Amino acid sequence: MPLRLLKYAFSKEHPDPAFFTQPDSLKHSYDAVIIGGGGHGLAAAYYLAKDHGITNVAVLEKGYLGGGNTGRNTTIVRSNYLTPEGVKFYDTSVRLFQELSEDLNLNLFYSTRGHFTLAHTESAMRTMRWRAEVNKHVGVESYVVGPDDILKACPQIDISCGGNAPILGALYHAPGSIARHDAVAWGYARGAYQRGVDIFQSTEVWDIKTSGGKVVGLNTSRGFIATNKVLSAVAGFTPRITDMLGIRTPIVIQPLQACVTEPMKPWLDTILVSGSLHVYVSQSSRGELVMGASLDPYELHSTRSTLDFVEGLSGHILDMFPFLSNVKVVRQWAGMADMTPDFAPIMGKTPIEGFYLDAGWGTWGFKATPVSGKTMAETIAKDQAPELIHSFRLSRFEDYELTGEKGAASVGH
Amino acid sequence: MKILHCPINGPRPISEFIFGGEYRTMPDPDTCSDKDWADYVHNRSGGPGVKKEWWYHAPSGTWIIAERDTGSDQVMATYLPNSITKEATHE
Ligand SMILES: Cc1cc2nc3c(=O)[nH]c(=O)nc-3n(C[C@H](O)[C@H](O)[C@H](O)COP(=O)(O)OP(=O)(O)OC[C@H]3O[C@@H](n4cnc5c(N)ncnc54)[C@H](O)[C@@H]3O)c2cc1C
Repeated sequence: MPLRLLKYAFSKEHPDPAFFTQPDSLKHSYDAVIIGGGGHGLAAAYYLAKDHGITNVAVLEKGYLGGGNTGRNTTIVRSNYLTPEGVKFYDTSVRLFQELSEDLNLNLFYSTRGHFTLAHTESAMRTMRWRAEVNKHVGVESYVVGPDDILKACPQIDISCGGNAPILGALYHAPGSIARHDAVAWGYARGAYQRGVDIFQSTEVWDIKTSGGKVVGLNTSRGFIATNKVLSAVAGFTPRITDMLGIRTPIVIQPLQACVTEPMKPWLDTILVSGSLHVYVSQSSRGELVMGASLDPYELHSTRSTLDFVEGLSGHILDMFPFLSNVKVVRQWAGMADMTPDFAPIMGKTPIEGFYLDAGWGTWGFKATPVSGKTMAETIAKDQAPELIHSFRLSRFEDYELTGEKGAASVGH
Repeated sequence: MKILHCPINGPRPISEFIFGGEYRTMPDPDTCSDKDWADYVHNRSGGPGVKKEWWYHAPSGTWIIAERDTGSDQVMATYLPNSITKEATHE
């Protein structure tokens, strides 16, 4: 018996299914180079190849694919934002997500759960009504519900939250979903690779070279590449890249933490978010409760996690679900969130010709992976950003035309 | 728990403090260009490194300056802001 097993180990007949093969070395030049092998960078590569036929493209990832915020996020996908521009943009992404498993021919475990943003105060209720109206106007299914509807969807919740912060109602958002984050990154990687894109892991960009205000190439840990188009899709590392070019942005990095419990029988089939209690929770297909809180309170370029975080989060989760008091937290981690002052991303062209930015994704960028890939690919191909992302351009800060999404973005990722 | 040294109250848990962002000097709004003003209002030096920062010790109502490495979270020094704000008004 063991011998038979050994035969399998050495046999080449049933190889590991490989999603892509990494070339031995970089080409001397590429039509476009993408910095960052997270979901956003890989999606941009995929749509560059698929929608625009641009395949002489390299994706450079300093670690492993999806090892940044993509693989650290709590995977909430929704479009119940506050500004019409934001709602339209995220709605496009939700629609792409709904078709994505089929498009990439990979099961992304995309699961539509419905999403409740709980309101514990009258002022929170007001924001929920506002968001419901904007959403309805743009054609997105969101409406305000009362405590009874919440209890119907989730009978286990203590609607008075231990008497500390009684729930008055919620914004219900029907398309709210969760998905497998690393599958999204790998699915896009495979799709891009199949269309001719080169993907390099363990390859770090050190410097971007310009001449006369135009991009001419990059220095990497594997050598120099000549290129006229560079996309930076590095989330929490964005300031380090923009510093290479002297581009100023409002982005500040703050850690965002999350954790999971031991697996439990399925009991929670919706996604619950509470801005007042600073928590959100869903149950994964494995049965773990996936939980997160608000941002760490100060700037830090680190993925360390803290006891303060689990302590604070547990206290609030127990306000909502006292019966979880004996359930163990088994893992916690952090990512580096690239925060903007208006809680909207920064996408599109920059003062350097051929340098494109996809950043400012803070605590909310996973849901935008498909639409950002698609719109950034178009921006790179045409050297012009599509209308859909006009409100997210870097120059909005110079024009004082901010896209205020804070009321819809903080805590409820 | 992380400790921050308040020049008035001594070592205190960092949870007693509120982060006030990087210490920056304001350009003269009467003479600077619109572009420079927008830069001052919105943009930050976002890369990791040692920065001067505003911190507020909430229980005692004290604003202090901390010199902190935003990469390693090491605090090099904390002091009251009057020394640098005085400097700034003479600039
Ligand atoms: C705890 C947590 C929970 C979150 N929850 C949600 C959520 O529920 N819903 C939601 O929509 N969003 C959520 N987010 C936000 C979301 O995770 C991010 O906005 C999104 O994943 C960003 O994807 P990305 O591909 O742009 O960046 P990343 O996945 O971070 O990829 C960037 C990559 O660039 C690489 N890189 C950096 N510098 C270089 C260099 N010099 N050379 C080469 N490679 C480099 C990095 O190694 C990294 O892999 C959450 C984030 C965190 C941290």
